[in-house]
Amino acid sequence: MILDLQQFIVTERPRWDELEDLLHRIEQDPGLRLTLEQTRRLHYLYDRAASDLLRLSTFASSPEVLGYLETLVGRAYGEIHETRDPHRRFLFLQWFTRELPQTFRRHLRAFALSIGLTLLGTAFGAVILHLDPDAKETLLPFEHLMGKPSERVAEEEQNQGRHLEGMKASFAGQLMTHNIQVGMLTLAMGMTYGLGTIVLLFYNGVILGAVSYDYIQDGQTRFLLGWLLPHGSIEIPSVIIAGQAGFILAGALIGSRQRLSLRDRLAAVRNDLVTLIGGFCLLLVWAGIVEAFFSQYHEPVLPYGVKIAFGLVELVALFSFLGFCGRKSEPKETLP
Amino acid sequence: MIATSAGRKTLRIQTPEGVVFNLQIAEIFSRFLAWSVDGAAISVASSLIGTIVNLLAVLSPDVAGAFFAVSYFVISVGYGIFTEWHWRGQSLGKRLLRLRVIDASGLKLQFSQIVIRNLLRPVDLLPIAYLLGGLVSFSSRRGQRLGDLAANTVVISMPQSFSIQSQHLKESKYNSFRNYPHLEARLRQRVQPVEAAVALDAILRRDEIEPGARLELFQQLATHFRSLVTFEEKVDEAITNEQFVRNAVASIYRQKNDRASKSLP
Repeated sequence: MILDLQQFIVTERPRWDELEDLLHRIEQDPGLRLTLEQTRRLHYLYDRAASDLLRLSTFASSPEVLGYLETLVGRAYGEIHETRDPHRRFLFLQWFTRELPQTFRRHLRAFALSIGLTLLGTAFGAVILHLDPDAKETLLPFEHLMGKPSERVAEEEQNQGRHLEGMKASFAGQLMTHNIQVGMLTLAMGMTYGLGTIVLLFYNGVILGAVSYDYIQDGQTRFLLGWLLPHGSIEIPSVIIAGQAGFILAGALIGSRQRLSLRDRLAAVRNDLVTLIGGFCLLLVWAGIVEAFFSQYHEPVLPYGVKIAFGLVELVALFSFLGFCGRKSEPKETLP
Repeated sequence: MIATSAGRKTLRIQTPEGVVFNLQIAEIFSRFLAWSVDGAAISVASSLIGTIVNLLAVLSPDVAGAFFAVSYFVISVGYGIFTEWHWRGQSLGKRLLRLRVIDASGLKLQFSQIVIRNLLRPVDLLPIAYLLGGLVSFSSRRGQRLGDLAANTVVISMPQSFSIQSQHLKESKYNSFRNYPHLEARLRQRVQPVEAAVALDAILRRDEIEPGARLELFQQLATHFRSLVTFEEKVDEAITNEQFVRNAVASIYRQKNDRASKSLP
């Protein structure tokens, strides 16, 4: 249809401006609830702008007006046709005690895969070190783990935690941020169809296995448990949960035995991924604090029995929380 | 649905009402510039934190160190999430370059989408400087990097606010063709809609055309219109080719507009 563009714009622009203002208000205040009258008006203005767009779409001489209207209609379309609840308030306690454990349980197979790969890596690290003790330098790229474990234990016990005096808080900060970055990378690698996640989990396991074997074969099992368990009982499961999230993502990408489109599969797991990210970040903050302020103290300052017990209590508490919390409110039908 | 027009990718969305609109997908270069601006913003924020840390260090170097480590991390990771949530799909860089992250179906952007697209950045950054993300985005029909793919988001270009140079469309105060309504009617009858559209386009875009080419264009258009309807010599010779085309277009569109305005409620 050919029309007088100038006249058309002069006539319609006030309504476009009104729609733009209304959209701006809605966008600026996500909690804004429109009255019935305002909603009707929004719908009317959207219909009118959409109709204007239809009329203009055959008018090749006005690309700038067309572009403006397309964006305006697009914004209004997003507001009007969105059916997902935008006003859902985030309640931390509810999220932590219900959503997080429920989400964890919904994807137990991904967690099992994640833990399996870590254990495989652990066994691999231990076996390699058993077969070739010289491989320690390659497997453990940490200077403080290079020496003989018994010498390090003696040194640590003599230090009585003084070496971290005045730097525990910054150490905790570095541990938290580093571990969270590792967790995020493990998750993000799910986008490589899970291959990157597999590599990271396996490598993590290799380091764990090599360190453990090194200390155990040197007769330092108590020290090892006392050193690793207080923070490791949270830190290691957290990285495994990050791996779980990575495999959920990979599963959605691969989409085996699902009839949904890729877009729908990814949409179906998106909220679960965010929940698990929140979960492992929170756990890693705790692990960082424990590692900096608790794990670095050894006998005679802190008996190993106390440290080991603390670590075991944390481990039991974590898996009780993940395994049983929020069961009452759990939906009976779960996602495939 | 994706379409490509004039070498640029567009996202085509059809509403349940049957209205189709196209949104221009942002070019990689614009996204790179926006990312650079965001990087600079994060650096500035980090420098500010550095100043606070220096002050804190007087009280406790340990707490200051922890504060710096945590706040730098929170800013670098949370910057994109916070700004895109607060500004509905725009970070500072995207605002400056008129880009916006939207849901690929045209619906409202969800918080989980923003979190996912931002937290999957590490994989897009591999092996260095967004090489993987850039390659994926370049080959993607929607210009999506891996984070966008997982979040079902698209980065679009927002058009500039338009301004119509209305004088181009205004009919002259005096259109000599009006004195010859029968010739105007013949003109309307013989001119094809596509010819009228071409003439109107030429008038609208006259300032974009080189003077020489403009003279040539209006001469061709005027010659064509003259071949369809012959006006009296005194009318024809008194005006330039461009004015002739303007008068012709005004005569054609005046009637269309009259009809359209009559049908308006």
